[in-house]
Amino acid sequence: MQGKTKGMFSDGSDSPDQSLDHVFSMYRDMVRIRALETVAIEALEKGLIFGALHPYIGQEAIAAGVCANLRPEDVLLSTHRGHGHTLAKGADPKRMMLELFGRKGGYCQGKGGSMHIADFSAGMLGANGIVGANIQIAVGAAHAIKLRKEDKIVVCFFGDGAINRGPFLEGLNWAGIYGLPILFVCEDNAFAASTRTSTLTSGDGADARAKAMGIPSVVIDGNDVLETDRTAAALVEKARRDQPQLMVARTYRMYGHTATDPGHYRPMAEVEKNRKNDPVLRCRAHLVALGMDPEQLICTETDIMNEMKDAAASAAAGAWPTPEDAYADVQDIGSPVHRPFQ
Amino acid sequence: MTELTYVDAAHEALHEELTRDPDVWAIGEDLGRGGVFGQYRGLQSEFGSDRVVDAPISEACMLGAAVGAAMMGTRPVVEMRVSDFSLCATDELVNQAAKARYMFGGQSRVPLVVRKPFGMWRSSAAQHSQSLEAWYAHIPGLVVVTPAFPRDEKALLKAAIRCDDPVVFLEHKNLWSTSGDPGFDDPPAEIGRARIVRKGDALTIVSWSAALHDCLAAAATLASESSIEVEIIDLRTIWPWDLDTVLASAHRTRRILVVHEAVSVAGFGAEVVATVSERLFGRLVTPPKRLGAPRIPVSYSPTLEDQVRVNPARIVGTVKHMLAHE
Repeated sequence: MQGKTKGMFSDGSDSPDQSLDHVFSMYRDMVRIRALETVAIEALEKGLIFGALHPYIGQEAIAAGVCANLRPEDVLLSTHRGHGHTLAKGADPKRMMLELFGRKGGYCQGKGGSMHIADFSAGMLGANGIVGANIQIAVGAAHAIKLRKEDKIVVCFFGDGAINRGPFLEGLNWAGIYGLPILFVCEDNAFAASTRTSTLTSGDGADARAKAMGIPSVVIDGNDVLETDRTAAALVEKARRDQPQLMVARTYRMYGHTATDPGHYRPMAEVEKNRKNDPVLRCRAHLVALGMDPEQLICTETDIMNEMKDAAASAAAGAWPTPEDAYADVQDIGSPVHRPFQ
Repeated sequence: MTELTYVDAAHEALHEELTRDPDVWAIGEDLGRGGVFGQYRGLQSEFGSDRVVDAPISEACMLGAAVGAAMMGTRPVVEMRVSDFSLCATDELVNQAAKARYMFGGQSRVPLVVRKPFGMWRSSAAQHSQSLEAWYAHIPGLVVVTPAFPRDEKALLKAAIRCDDPVVFLEHKNLWSTSGDPGFDDPPAEIGRARIVRKGDALTIVSWSAALHDCLAAAATLASESSIEVEIIDLRTIWPWDLDTVLASAHRTRRILVVHEAVSVAGFGAEVVATVSERLFGRLVTPPKRLGAPRIPVSYSPTLEDQVRVNPARIVGTVKHMLAHE
């Protein structure tokens, strides 16, 4: 896979680096996402985490494969299903857990929770509770980058459900007309909440719609981290030259829409079939084929799981925000003061 | 020397801010042609099409993109053409711009200005005439500004652009060609500061934007025909509103009337009257009152449109009725 000619990639090659080290690094990212969510779902079941939690489990190869091609200064916009993107962009799992547990010191000081997880210091500009809304925020971020002539790009993740909202049309059009440095990634897990997306989508979906608007699009197997990585590498390079791109990554949610949704609307046979297509298992098999010691993989997974359990334990011991904190960060002018109900 | 008009003031404010700060930029439909009211004339040729940007008819994307651009450190000014169109960008304003700082725990601010030419213009009917300032005042996170005079327009637009909060900037469509100012020596306007534009002892009128001009006309009539001197407060900003100035005046005159063009029901006058009632209940000698539009949409035909229009005659009648109360 290695090539060292005058190619399209930043290192001068025609192919991205898919050495064992590189693949192992993506594998670690995938395992970290799965471990973080597995621990978080356990905490949710114990009543330690509140509200809706939308698991990314089953889709980890997309976040890992795309973020492997980003620089720290690049910017990412996420969805309500945002833990994977946040962690892969470089967020600290301890501060993520604090946020999920609603504690002080969480990324959003306990004001956002799972659905609004964000780490601006890592370039992760927020998960969003409104489907598709992040697409327009993302093109605006890219617009500002272009206006300020900065050398970075925006990656915007959204689901297949988002393509039936106006922001998909308005946002892709915006990126096209102004020639913005942005990569759109549609994670097509086949379900919009609990409805099979294809039953409520006219035409051929994200790929066809993007092409009709002059945005080049590639459809890939999003459960194959190698293909995701290769494709992202090529598309990121184009985005860096102000050519907006779409990548449609086919995948499958292993959970329902939320962690508490059993997903009975999906046939068991379909779920079982897709379990065999688990992106983590596929990547593990690839690493073993490349010569990696399976024992080392098990050690890695154990270490990561312990890291996430520790993060959850320290979050559970974290301090709660105070009543005064509810009044902070509303606005500068006309800001409320902490005045308890009389 | 000709007197500054409201549209000139708007133009000067943006021109000065575009000159001062390279991170200030404007986006909206037809800005290269000067904007619908001429408030952007010449700015694109002077500052370039990357800083005074022509946008597609995508109100939602204009505002959503402004949120992202503001998070990245720029200061976008979004032109909505007329305020009614900006309802297409309600999610972007209410769920995104107003919430981002808070729900991300202060990791980001959203310094943007959304300009909304608003209010009744002759025969523009139900979708080009609304006054919805009370909606925005209801949303934590937003600042809401409603200048009535050219000097305030200039000072407040500049302040809005420099402000780190998302600002809803409401410019009444009937004001663009107006000039003059009731108090030329008054200090420059600040967000959150009202101004007493006419002094009087009989009754306090609180108003803003175009309706304030009707209040001034009514006050002149009351003074000349009935020797009634009312005090008029231009609120200038709806959120935050200048409670202290309003309370001090109402405490002195012991009567308060709020006049606005918007529908009276759940309009911002309700907030002002409720607050004054809570604070000054025993002090007031007449029940506080609101004068706004009936809760019907704005019509096309002038005879129908006039049914929702607050005018000087109605204000005069209301003031006399209140003074006759005791």
